[in-house]
Amino acid sequence: MIINGVTIDDTFAEAFPMRATRVIITAQNLKWAYHAAHAMTGFATSVIACGCEAGIERELAPEETPDGRPGVAAMIFAMGGKGLAKQLETRAGQCVLTSPTSALFAGMDEGDKIALGKNLRYFGDGFQSSKSIGGKRYWRVPVMDGEFLTEETTGMVKAIGGGNFLVLAESQPQALAACEAAIDAMKKLPNVIMPFPGGVVRSGSKVGSKYRTLSASTNDAFCPTLKGQTATELSPEIESVMEIVIDGLSEADISQAMRVGMQAVCELGSAQGVHRISAGNYGGKLGPFLFHLRQILA
Amino acid sequence: MTALTFTLKIEPRQRIDVSPLIPQQLDGKTVAEISAIELQSGNRKLRVDEVFTTSGSDSRNIRFLGAATAKLDFIGKGLTEGEIQVEGNVGSYAGMYMKGGRLLISGNTDAYAACEMKSGELTIDGDAGDYLGAALPGNRKGMQGGIVIVRGNAGHRVGDHMRRGSILIEGNAGDYLGTRMVAGTIGVLGTVGANPGYAMRRGTLLLLTALSQVPATFNDCGAHTLGFLPLLLKGYRGYRTRFAELAGTVKRVRRYAGDMAGLGKGEILVVL
Repeated sequence: MIINGVTIDDTFAEAFPMRATRVIITAQNLKWAYHAAHAMTGFATSVIACGCEAGIERELAPEETPDGRPGVAAMIFAMGGKGLAKQLETRAGQCVLTSPTSALFAGMDEGDKIALGKNLRYFGDGFQSSKSIGGKRYWRVPVMDGEFLTEETTGMVKAIGGGNFLVLAESQPQALAACEAAIDAMKKLPNVIMPFPGGVVRSGSKVGSKYRTLSASTNDAFCPTLKGQTATELSPEIESVMEIVIDGLSEADISQAMRVGMQAVCELGSAQGVHRISAGNYGGKLGPFLFHLRQILA
Repeated sequence: MTALTFTLKIEPRQRIDVSPLIPQQLDGKTVAEISAIELQSGNRKLRVDEVFTTSGSDSRNIRFLGAATAKLDFIGKGLTEGEIQVEGNVGSYAGMYMKGGRLLISGNTDAYAACEMKSGELTIDGDAGDYLGAALPGNRKGMQGGIVIVRGNAGHRVGDHMRRGSILIEGNAGDYLGTRMVAGTIGVLGTVGANPGYAMRRGTLLLLTALSQVPATFNDCGAHTLGFLPLLLKGYRGYRTRFAELAGTVKRVRRYAGDMAGLGKGEILVVL
């Protein structure tokens, strides 16, 4: 399959089951909502070392938020419910509770309930107070800029992590430009996040390593500088490969994001130095969800 | 199906306990069975058909009509579902122990309306008597959930021992508003009497009219813009109350904490 001069490999992205939650962060204005959200979703690129994968899903208009202020929706994904709850609590406590003017609400009602403000409230040292509004419990925690308002719990659902595709281009700037175009298109979709910096990862990995302590290591088959040293997957004109990783609430959400992203890359086409789209296929070692590139684009 | 309607055909000499006439107890009963239900009145028992003319069949939608409905006590006691409407005044204990459903009263209620209520909605278009949403004498748990809307005035000791839920009074409230309150919210658009929040432990009194005198055991915490207020008021939008209209306007309040003679974690918020 070739689209606008871009070859779509006959391969699949391999993804694995995760647990996910969504929270809504509001603030006096979007600038401070983003400050809190960026801090909360920082260092959350890969579960391999971060404990979770997190990202900002989308911006919310005041009429979409519980307290009528500007805000953002952020999602956190982890390998299990316990880990997710711990990451959420740690990050909310360190990054949202501390951020001026912020408030923190549940972003999903479905699924199992995990603590949001349930334990953060103790920061109030006994001066915290709760309010039940519309069947939900909120906490008012006195802080130095006023009150930190947060909801008791948020929902946690089954989700999928590790959807991906690789962009192979003639040069580093061209690979990055193609990925940026893909991310711009994919960020318009709900229920997905691209957790790596700017949504793009240059250090795509394979499962395992020659070093026993490492569970993942550089994907040498796609490293352009190793063309003569390893069983390469790259043709001579490819000098740069970048990967976009997608976590989503369902297979359909990830497929849709991959479709939109790959279409944006193909629109640039070979004229812009993009030659191939491939995917992280680990031969069944990583997870049960397979996203076949050609089927998605068909 | 038309509403199951009980029209008073006598002027009762004594007050009548109409607590058996609620949807969950009348569901599936025939007119004959309903007519045979006995109601306590003083030291006598009266059959429903001695007191009311019954019409309609929808037991989830009950109406009480008549000139002397003020003699009816315990209307909607323990209501869990459906709706009861009363055209006129009612006696004491309306909506006592309510666990769900809606009770709509077009007139006034006597003492102890919504007493120890757990959930549901009670709307009083007229005035409410003393001890609205309170605990029964000797008990320590007043209203524990749900919403009470009073479109007129309320008497003394509203929300005594209240634990959760909202009482919204669009008129004035009497003395000792929210006494011994443990949690919950009481809003008053009009004036309040003496000693609001007396022995209050936690909870919120939200007042739209400035206090003539702040209780001596409440401490001024200053003026603040509180983020939870728009959220709280937005939560009343599904109800027929003027409090819902305040969601876009009320944010800034003066906060008084108390009762400092007790636990001191309650608050009186006066809208600025």
